[in-house]
Amino acid sequence: MAPLLEVKNVSKSFPGVLANDNISLTVNAGEVVALLGENGAGKSTLVKMIYGLYPPDSGEIFINGNKVELTSPKAAIDLGVGMVHQHFQLVPVFSVAQNVALGAEKKRYGLYDSQQAEEDVAALSQKYGLAVDPAVKIEDLPVGTQQRVEILKVLYRDAKLLILDEPTAVLTPQETDELLEVMRGFAKQGVGVIFITHKLREVLAVADRVVVLRNGKQVGETKPSETDQAGLAKMMVGRSVVLDVKKELAKPKEEVLRIEKIVVKDDRNLIGLNELSLSVKAGEIVGIAGVEGNGQRELVQAITGLRKIEAGKVYINNVDATDSSPYQVHKMGVAHVPEDRERDGLVASYSIADNLVLNRFTEAEFSKRGVRQVEPIKKLARFLVEKFAVKTPSIETNAGALSGGNKQKLVIARELAWGPKLLVAAQPTRGVDVGSIEFIHNQIVQARDNGAAVLLVSAELDEVLGLADRVAVIYAGKIVAELDAAAADRNKVGRLMAGGDTN
Amino acid sequence: MIQGEEAKKLHPTLSYLVQKQSLVVPLIAVLVAFLIGSVLIALQGVNPVGAYQTIFNAALGSERGLLRTLEKTTPLILAGLAVAVALRVGLFNIGAQGQLIMGAFFATWAGFTFTNLPALLHVFVGLLAGVIAGGLWAAIAGVLKAYRGVHEVISTIMLNSIAIALLDYLVNHPFKEPGQALPRTVPIFETAQLPKLGFVPVGFLLALLVAMFISWVINRTTAGFQFNTVGANKFAAAYAGIKIKYIVVASMLLSGGLAGLGGAVESLGITYRFEPAFNKGLGFDGITIALLARANPLATIPAAFLVGVLRSGAPSLQFDYGIEPEIVDLLLAITLLLVAAPILGKLIFRKYAKKSETISSGWGS
Repeated sequence: MAPLLEVKNVSKSFPGVLANDNISLTVNAGEVVALLGENGAGKSTLVKMIYGLYPPDSGEIFINGNKVELTSPKAAIDLGVGMVHQHFQLVPVFSVAQNVALGAEKKRYGLYDSQQAEEDVAALSQKYGLAVDPAVKIEDLPVGTQQRVEILKVLYRDAKLLILDEPTAVLTPQETDELLEVMRGFAKQGVGVIFITHKLREVLAVADRVVVLRNGKQVGETKPSETDQAGLAKMMVGRSVVLDVKKELAKPKEEVLRIEKIVVKDDRNLIGLNELSLSVKAGEIVGIAGVEGNGQRELVQAITGLRKIEAGKVYINNVDATDSSPYQVHKMGVAHVPEDRERDGLVASYSIADNLVLNRFTEAEFSKRGVRQVEPIKKLARFLVEKFAVKTPSIETNAGALSGGNKQKLVIARELAWGPKLLVAAQPTRGVDVGSIEFIHNQIVQARDNGAAVLLVSAELDEVLGLADRVAVIYAGKIVAELDAAAADRNKVGRLMAGGDTN
Repeated sequence: MIQGEEAKKLHPTLSYLVQKQSLVVPLIAVLVAFLIGSVLIALQGVNPVGAYQTIFNAALGSERGLLRTLEKTTPLILAGLAVAVALRVGLFNIGAQGQLIMGAFFATWAGFTFTNLPALLHVFVGLLAGVIAGGLWAAIAGVLKAYRGVHEVISTIMLNSIAIALLDYLVNHPFKEPGQALPRTVPIFETAQLPKLGFVPVGFLLALLVAMFISWVINRTTAGFQFNTVGANKFAAAYAGIKIKYIVVASMLLSGGLAGLGGAVESLGITYRFEPAFNKGLGFDGITIALLARANPLATIPAAFLVGVLRSGAPSLQFDYGIEPEIVDLLLAITLLLVAAPILGKLIFRKYAKKSETISSGWGS
């Protein structure tokens, strides 16, 4: 029997970049194929061609043995290809069934047949083990369930090949495990799955085969039974990578950050932090573990002066820093690596040099009587670009032209350059390639060893567990547990993250 | 947008043009506007080449013409700077016109109110009055924006109407020149008049200096850095500890001050009194100029000069060919349309722009 999908020698280039260079990929019915690679390796480009979003420059795509021209997602859907995007495309005020049927409604007397849709969805969720109530509105569902709806949408259109683009990024460890389970279920029902991820653990847990891309090239194919995490990482990056963070035992000293029962509102004006208390000492890394949206953003913003504190106190080095401005907080010795570096951490149209003094431009060294001192700024920039191994043609290059990993190195360089007393690092390696992750982790540990207090917020549980000396679990705007790193394992922390207790 | 590495991979000439897009697009915009203008002129049975020659001859061909052109250009540079400075902070100051006429009136008021001032000081006081009036007028919009979230486009448009009505009242009632049918003020004292150096008005030199100064402030000072940062990325600006509200108000104050200075120079250097019929449309031309200059302070000088030439030479079309001088308004409107909407850049650079967009949105996630 012909394979479900066969991609033969496909290439695709964008101006200046060869995004896919002669890639071939086969997916059989009932098989989970993991597509592994760093950011920019060409994973998204490849699946977008399979989903009809880009035409390939050369090469051929076969579905069920027939050569196909996929000119649009519609063409791909008609041939049984379905894709679940990283960012959900759901109508919040519509019910599950309405969202699933939207665009492919079955009609009765020319009208949308809501009963039929709900029955169909119920049957589908039964068949694939995707428990969800068809009548509930999307806005009332947690993220993990919303993702199931996205998957149901694709199945409703009779997809035989399912493409999942980084589906686990938004899930708790438990939800992730459930999704992996569901993916195995698809395979059993004869569906082919392409699973995009850069999380090695998940690849090993679910995939039948792993295809690794690097810099647009296919570097290899392997099976989970024939490799391990280190082996996969080496294929991805092209060299050995130290996955475990090497660090000495922490030697905590005086308290640098003390948060006492702060109450903060979120963007929707609801309670974001509910009497949250926390303490971080010099020389230790405290990691905040939690499912995204449980108050992490609000916590970071409250400390760094970007969000109003309704009640409670924040002390930095025993000085009241409650409701200080970002400028004042910075002056107190706080460095901030923001979670959204593109939005908050950088000005894309500014040079690397200007970005490296973005929050220091008034310092005496860089400004005399209100006039910017160009040479000292350039000198600092040259020094930091070298020290933090930022890959760039010049310090005059616009920050927007750098890759994700190098942008993050730029932010880290700026924030660590001046020896802060407290480092607040939010998602410091989000969207960063494996090689840079290693570098950034080492920098954070080094800052700790130099005596800084570090508050690490990350959606990657592995990162928190690997880097932190102490793990604080945040749930519904509160720290629900604090564990010594040695006592924190994935399962225990995962249960706490979901609001359960440890027992 | 293509930049850096990507642009370098293109053909060298094209790559140069892509990088110089900010220069190429305005130049082509003007060219295309003139081409469309030629068609419109030809439709009226007039030779377009002759018509354009007439405009440029009248504007530049004689000492008198040149003086008139420079006089027209002077407030245009300042109005263009006003709009450009606000654009740097991400604010669209549509109210340069209102700020300019407020400046024109209060400069005049200082010119006819203070007596016994030495000439140099009197000029200075007059200019300062114009700057303050224009600045405060714009600052109203700045404060509304910063503390109440009122969109500056709406508030500055309304402030334009309010300024017109207010000044109409002032020149019709309390400050009306006695025994005059026209609504206008008395003339300013001679001590308040801006002189000319040969055929070069001192106001023009002043505008050049101000443009250089603003360019220096924007590009070299920490204040300018804050302006640019707020305009380029207000989230990053807040993160960097910049007081955005303060910058919004300060930039509107500066913007309005520049427009007010434009009005003041006009009053003290050309009209020597305030009359609402003067200064018409200068602030609006300032928008065209700032966009043509891509909010680059120094580039407002050539942009304003071009508009000045057209404005100065247009009336002769009426005498020589009997066509309406408003054809110049059309030329400017078409130019504005072409530089404001990114159509032209997209048309010219479409092939590359489109692909680079897909890169940034679709790649590596």
